[in-house]
Amino acid sequence: MLDLKPDFGGFFKDETFVGDFTFANSPSAVRRFPFPFDRDQYMYSVNIEPHVPTRPGSVLEHAFDIDEHYVSEMRDRARVLARDPLRCQSLPHMELAGWDLVELIMESLSRDYPQWFTLERSGNDWHWVNKPLGIDQRFTFLDPSTLPYGPMEYITRQMQGDFTLQDERDGNLWVDAGMVTTQADWSLDFDIGMNFFEWHAPVPLAHEKGIFDRALKFLLKLQHGAPVRRFNWTMTVNPLLDTAPETYPEWGPSKTTLTQANLGAKQHLRVELQSLFRLPRSNAIAFSIRAYLGSFQDLVTVPKWGRRLHRVVRDLHPDLAAYKGFLRNRDAMVEWLSKYDDGAPTSPGIWPED
Amino acid sequence: MSVAKLLVRVAEVEKINDLITRFRFVARDGGLLPAFSGGAHVVVEMEDHGTRRMNPYSLSGDPEDRTGYEITVRRDDAGRGGSIYMHRHVSPGMEMVISHPVNLFPLDGRAKKHLFLAGGIGITPFKAMIHQLSHIGAKWELHYATRNPALCAYGDQLKGPVHFYYDDLKSFIPLRDLLARQPLGTHVYCCGPKGMLSWVRATAAELGLPEHSVHFEEFTAPQPGAPFDVELTLTGKTIHVPSHQSLLEAMEANGVDAPYLCRGGACGQCECQVVKAEGQILHRDHWLTDEEKASNSKIMPCVSRFEGRSLAIER
Repeated sequence: MLDLKPDFGGFFKDETFVGDFTFANSPSAVRRFPFPFDRDQYMYSVNIEPHVPTRPGSVLEHAFDIDEHYVSEMRDRARVLARDPLRCQSLPHMELAGWDLVELIMESLSRDYPQWFTLERSGNDWHWVNKPLGIDQRFTFLDPSTLPYGPMEYITRQMQGDFTLQDERDGNLWVDAGMVTTQADWSLDFDIGMNFFEWHAPVPLAHEKGIFDRALKFLLKLQHGAPVRRFNWTMTVNPLLDTAPETYPEWGPSKTTLTQANLGAKQHLRVELQSLFRLPRSNAIAFSIRAYLGSFQDLVTVPKWGRRLHRVVRDLHPDLAAYKGFLRNRDAMVEWLSKYDDGAPTSPGIWPED
Repeated sequence: MSVAKLLVRVAEVEKINDLITRFRFVARDGGLLPAFSGGAHVVVEMEDHGTRRMNPYSLSGDPEDRTGYEITVRRDDAGRGGSIYMHRHVSPGMEMVISHPVNLFPLDGRAKKHLFLAGGIGITPFKAMIHQLSHIGAKWELHYATRNPALCAYGDQLKGPVHFYYDDLKSFIPLRDLLARQPLGTHVYCCGPKGMLSWVRATAAELGLPEHSVHFEEFTAPQPGAPFDVELTLTGKTIHVPSHQSLLEAMEANGVDAPYLCRGGACGQCECQVVKAEGQILHRDHWLTDEEKASNSKIMPCVSRFEGRSLAIER
């Protein structure tokens, strides 16, 4: 077993994403929140751009963002997995892709965060140290008997955000492996083995627009060394990372608890930074879905975001509000947000300071 | 989408036989190159005395050997010059630029057994695949046909379940029997000359093998042809395509940023809409459907050419 001996140090927060919900963003975490709307209205588009490092200090500075919630998020993942091991599955032919992911993540983290992660290699003898989680592991690359879990599970128990691994064959992508515990109401256990069109079937409006045909065509051309990213978003009541269909009876009713008095604290904008990497050995595609939670009351401290969030929520197509699960609370959100929209114009782009 | 590039230096040039030479590239910065998957190719950029050539070559080395990449090039005396340039002008120490590996001929990881059918230089992707499968202990079998033993590249290095066939000795792959006796879950992969691909395709279909379990490496080297002019409607340029340059290369030579991946008519990345075609498009790709080819509404500039009065495409 992966025996976590977390070291919160001076940077990582000791907080919960369930029960008493002690999760909160520090002021600097609010400033670097990946606000997803670059204009005052929202509609689907294939909003994909090269995943190149940009804006030091932002969530886009590195290939994978490690932030103040890292240690607590990993503790929350272990909690979810202990309760439901099917949140992590890998079909037999995906083991090589799991090793590719181990390499990608260990190389990235040790390069970008040397104060927390180190990787020493001598041929296939690897030595991995993860200081925040108290892990010191020697193992043989490509030999699964030398790790306490399969390669994908091992490394994704140490990575914020969900991961799926897509096999490419017959001109399609197949979601044949994944670690999914911070999801916006979808189930790996239900989707595993599906192809690109099957797992996207529930999304409204986008099929008619041909978005998935174009997106698949684009992804099949994804090259190693040229990862891409996009943002997606939804709404979550309480800072609950694990909004899974399997546990809907536990968290679904929280949507009925909003009032104008508690909405600013309880209602969270949930943003996913999604990045896609072609993996070298397996030719599979790794999909990283990194969820960020920001409370409305924190987000409106940036005037541009307060104005824009009000306009986006107010004018969103009702089918999208329904699909994202907040149609019943939309009017309440608009009422609360309207106090932070003076009608002034907003600047283009997502950044608070622009 | 731009193509990610690797800066490399030629470390070794080894003549394998009269027609075939092996090249080894290492990273210029002395670091490791990315691992790759068996069946992947790189596009090698050549500055051939004023002409820019970019040819795809399958990686033939061990995918886990990150200290260098190997390609194996057959000299094509009737070709447009890329392979001749590689044979005559590329020497150890030379600095070159190659693309990141791209795989349009991947292994199917679900296969219970991988059956490889190689013809001539078609051995190159299988050499890498065999290395990769050996690392993970998967089952494979190779049937390798060449003209004669002298042209059987790497014949002495290939160990394991390998069967050789030589045209000059009248020994041929017993294809029908071979395919008929494969266990369920076998995937078949074929790389070789056009005639061999058609033979395997037809035989597999006759025997009722599932289409998704038979795979072909379908690169086409661009063929020379009559020169022609083309109007690029988005760029607002009219350019000339000489007989030994492809339409894609002519666009690049004229400073037009055109997307590409395989440069062999297989991947679809360079597809262009045809605005006007008074004449005949010579479709040579494996990407467009027969209906698309017949309608002359699209062209793949990496391999296809044009004969006639005027051509205008969206680029």
